[in-house]
Amino acid sequence: MVRCFLIHTVCPVSALGAGESRVLYCRVFGPDESLFTDQEREFSPEERRVLQREQTAVVARQVRSAASFSRGAAGRLLMEALPGEEALALQEADSGVLRLRAGDPFTEEMSALWLGVQSLGFTLVCEPHENLLLAEGTLRTLTRHCLEHLHLLGPGSEVLLRSDRIDALLSRLLPHGQLLFLNHRFAHSLEKEVAAYMTK
Amino acid sequence: MYSHGSESLIKQAREIQDSELQKFYSRLVKLLQGKELGYETVDSLQRLHLILSANKYIRTLPPELQKRLQSLLSSPAEPFQVLSSAVLRETLPPAAHSGNYSQENIVQLNGHAAALLLSQAGSRADVSCLCTQLLRGLESRQSEGPTNSLSHTLPILNTILTHNPECLTEDHVTLLSKKLVDWLRYASILQGGGASSGGFFTGPRSRQPVPIAELDGTVSGDFFTVLCVGQSFTEDQWMNVFSFSALRHWLLTYHSVSNGNGTADTAHRLQLSLSLSHSHSFSNDDRSEVDGSVVSMVSVTSSCGRLLPPKERLREKSFQYCQRLIEQSDRKAHKKSDADLQKACLVEAVCILDCVCEEDASLVFRAFPCIKALFGRLSSDLSFARVLLPIAQFYLNHGEMAAVDCGSVWALVFGRFPSELFNDPFLAHELLRFLRLNLESLQLRVPQYTHSFPNLLKFLAWDSPAVVDDFVDLLPSLVTAGTAVELLHTLLDLPCLSATLVLQVRSTCLPISEQSGRGLLSLDAFRSPSFRGLFLFLLRGQAGSGDTIDRLSTLHELLVETADWPRVVQCAQIVPVLLHIFFNTVITVADEKLLAHLILVMLERSSLLLNIPKYNKEIHRVFSSHLLRLCKLHPSLVMDQSHELLEFSGATANVYSKEEVYTHVVWVLGEYLSVSCDSRCSVTLITSCFEALEAVLFEITSSVPPPGADCPAPRVVTTLMSALAKLASRSHDLIPRVSLFLSKLRTVTRDGSVAWCSDEEDLVAIVTRGEELWSLLKAPGVAQSVLTPPAHVTTPQWHRDTNVALPLRLRTLTNLTHSH
Repeated sequence: MVRCFLIHTVCPVSALGAGESRVLYCRVFGPDESLFTDQEREFSPEERRVLQREQTAVVARQVRSAASFSRGAAGRLLMEALPGEEALALQEADSGVLRLRAGDPFTEEMSALWLGVQSLGFTLVCEPHENLLLAEGTLRTLTRHCLEHLHLLGPGSEVLLRSDRIDALLSRLLPHGQLLFLNHRFAHSLEKEVAAYMTK
Repeated sequence: MYSHGSESLIKQAREIQDSELQKFYSRLVKLLQGKELGYETVDSLQRLHLILSANKYIRTLPPELQKRLQSLLSSPAEPFQVLSSAVLRETLPPAAHSGNYSQENIVQLNGHAAALLLSQAGSRADVSCLCTQLLRGLESRQSEGPTNSLSHTLPILNTILTHNPECLTEDHVTLLSKKLVDWLRYASILQGGGASSGGFFTGPRSRQPVPIAELDGTVSGDFFTVLCVGQSFTEDQWMNVFSFSALRHWLLTYHSVSNGNGTADTAHRLQLSLSLSHSHSFSNDDRSEVDGSVVSMVSVTSSCGRLLPPKERLREKSFQYCQRLIEQSDRKAHKKSDADLQKACLVEAVCILDCVCEEDASLVFRAFPCIKALFGRLSSDLSFARVLLPIAQFYLNHGEMAAVDCGSVWALVFGRFPSELFNDPFLAHELLRFLRLNLESLQLRVPQYTHSFPNLLKFLAWDSPAVVDDFVDLLPSLVTAGTAVELLHTLLDLPCLSATLVLQVRSTCLPISEQSGRGLLSLDAFRSPSFRGLFLFLLRGQAGSGDTIDRLSTLHELLVETADWPRVVQCAQIVPVLLHIFFNTVITVADEKLLAHLILVMLERSSLLLNIPKYNKEIHRVFSSHLLRLCKLHPSLVMDQSHELLEFSGATANVYSKEEVYTHVVWVLGEYLSVSCDSRCSVTLITSCFEALEAVLFEITSSVPPPGADCPAPRVVTTLMSALAKLASRSHDLIPRVSLFLSKLRTVTRDGSVAWCSDEEDLVAIVTRGEELWSLLKAPGVAQSVLTPPAHVTTPQWHRDTNVALPLRLRTLTNLTHSH
């Protein structure tokens, strides 16, 4: 199961310190994990939310660090793709996977798959025994749709104000965090529904 | 992509004044009260979502707004469902919410409302409640009902199962197993009816049901799977996809569900299987009795399935499904996305087969031919490497049982994969995870594991930040007495391996005839035949051909320009960590001879390292701490390696170039070169050591440091002085010499500054120490007991000492007899 999906910055942000990442979209699936760990006291909803936010911030920071290392080591210049060149932007994207140890930041061990497209990172945190080939494919598909439907290759803050589109996308391609084995016909059917939503 | 505009939006959302926010709330409530909810409402809801999510801390909405949003969850227009769910997720759930969980029925909610309910669950009881409702919904459902509620059942159940398998009962397991069997094995093999051409000319012919097809276009001749295509799909075909997607997780976790103890379980199962064979004809949902159910060509034994209890039946059907997927993956898909899906399906199928074989060992003999054939098909194609890993897991788990030779599998996993695919981050992650999870098994069954570290370390050398965690876990298992020395050398040269791998990749990218444009000497060297051997040694796959190479310094010179490459720099930063782990582990497996050899390696390599800023210093620090530790554990090591240690400490140049290591070598000599530590120690040896150290001390305190070097730290001087005093206390003839030196020192430094010490305070400290030693040595007997204390003083066992033991005993007795 996928625990969460994030969109965050992987470029320097002036308002933040070096190495920090701004989380632009975060969707956690399923019930809160703190409900099921043995603790002395139960967390209140406020505390759970703060904990969740901090956990995702930690993931975003680690991905940012991995992405900048990967880019620095590859030595390529970041090319700016134009709107309409989503497939190209995706092809040029850096990708990788991180091991998140148990307790850092999630109670159990997790794997964080990430894609870095220009200044944004798209991260999927899933359980380590999950089918990572499928997760990788799903992440790429999600990223492509986000790039297209949120017009991310142009100047824009659509991630912030149109997050419902991402929610609708996730409810089809990653319902409640479930990765789906979709061949092109099933995917096409879902993508038609997604496209229909985007025009509303 | 991400601009100042976005930053300022977030800032505005965070800093919104309370009065403005209240106005916004009331405006939104007004909008929601209206009959038609239009674009402005959507826009306001989006803004509300941003305001709520921009902050870490949760806000409470006014009750009226909260109520309106809650009712919006069941709006017929999806954008409102999505937005209200998103907004409510960012706020506090209403108080006394737990009551709601038993009143609401999740089955009737749309996906977005269900997600909200799930995220707001406040306790295990809430989650259990949801689980029961979902399963009840499944049970009571006939063929009608809204599609979307059913399609969300499996994902939600799956996520609940991840966290809380205890909320499922044995009956739930039975029910779900039966449902899964139906969806997996007996889904319709005809295309969905939705794609009629419509229009005037629709006749019975165009409405004739079309069978589903395979990915290569041929008509499908077997049951429906995720790798079958059609123009549109029926509901049970969708459920087939959802079922397979959740299947592995279900098979892995459903036995953590329990309703009672083991003995009752078997009786229960027997009862269940009896009742099943009777109730089959009565069950409406059990599709296996429907006429026209497909007899699978894949499995010959499908007829047996009817007599099995639900769990076992599910296992059998899963087995058949996976075999079919493996066959289907051999077809040439028309589209790339489908080819990628085939790979993912192969991984999943092999994992599921592994899982069912774990539960039912008799399936191993049916599964192995299939897996073996798959391995044969894919083993030469590196693009299928990630599929071969689950196959390796299968071989590891069941190979022994099936008496199959796994040699070729390990040759891939420990040979070709690391050496050719070290730069695939996903393969690295999965392979290292495979090693971590199966460590014990691998150490037992794969003899070449401990010799494969030169290959495995390539993953680390390439992308150290991503995999260092894995190696922290794996390294101890790679430390053996037979390979320890070679491993130490390999770890020290890990940055060189890093550079070599970069050169290798670059070399394959740039054409051979082109001069490396940026004047990369290292690349030319890499390609030049005269240095080939050096690089080939670093790139070797197996240990055992030699600890290291003679021309190591040449190699370091060739790679000097790589010292600022990102991969090399990152790699250099993690080597000290690994060395600590190495030394901590090696003391548990090494005998004294090996430890003595390691000390030698430390001394040699302290001047033979790739010249990366701070790298040398860090390595020296690691060496020093472990040298100390080794000698403390086995003081006779100092005697074993006295010759080398003396040689090292007698070279003045080492004071300036390897200060940290030098200091510690001198310290161990002073501390452990005595008869009480090792009976082989002779007066001659003590004297020659004394003379070597004395010479160095004279030299560094009478001249300026060589050009380019700093003044020696005060610690070096004081350590030398202390060492000399210690040695002298063991051979009293030497005392006059030390005393003479120390008094001379006092005289010389009375003038104030000296050429070899820049700081006045340091000088004072040195002189003070000198005076202390000088006074101590005036009474040789005292000096001996202070500077060479007998063992019982340094390793106190207070409870044995007659004087100290009494208070301790009394205290213990008091504590024991004290009533609490």
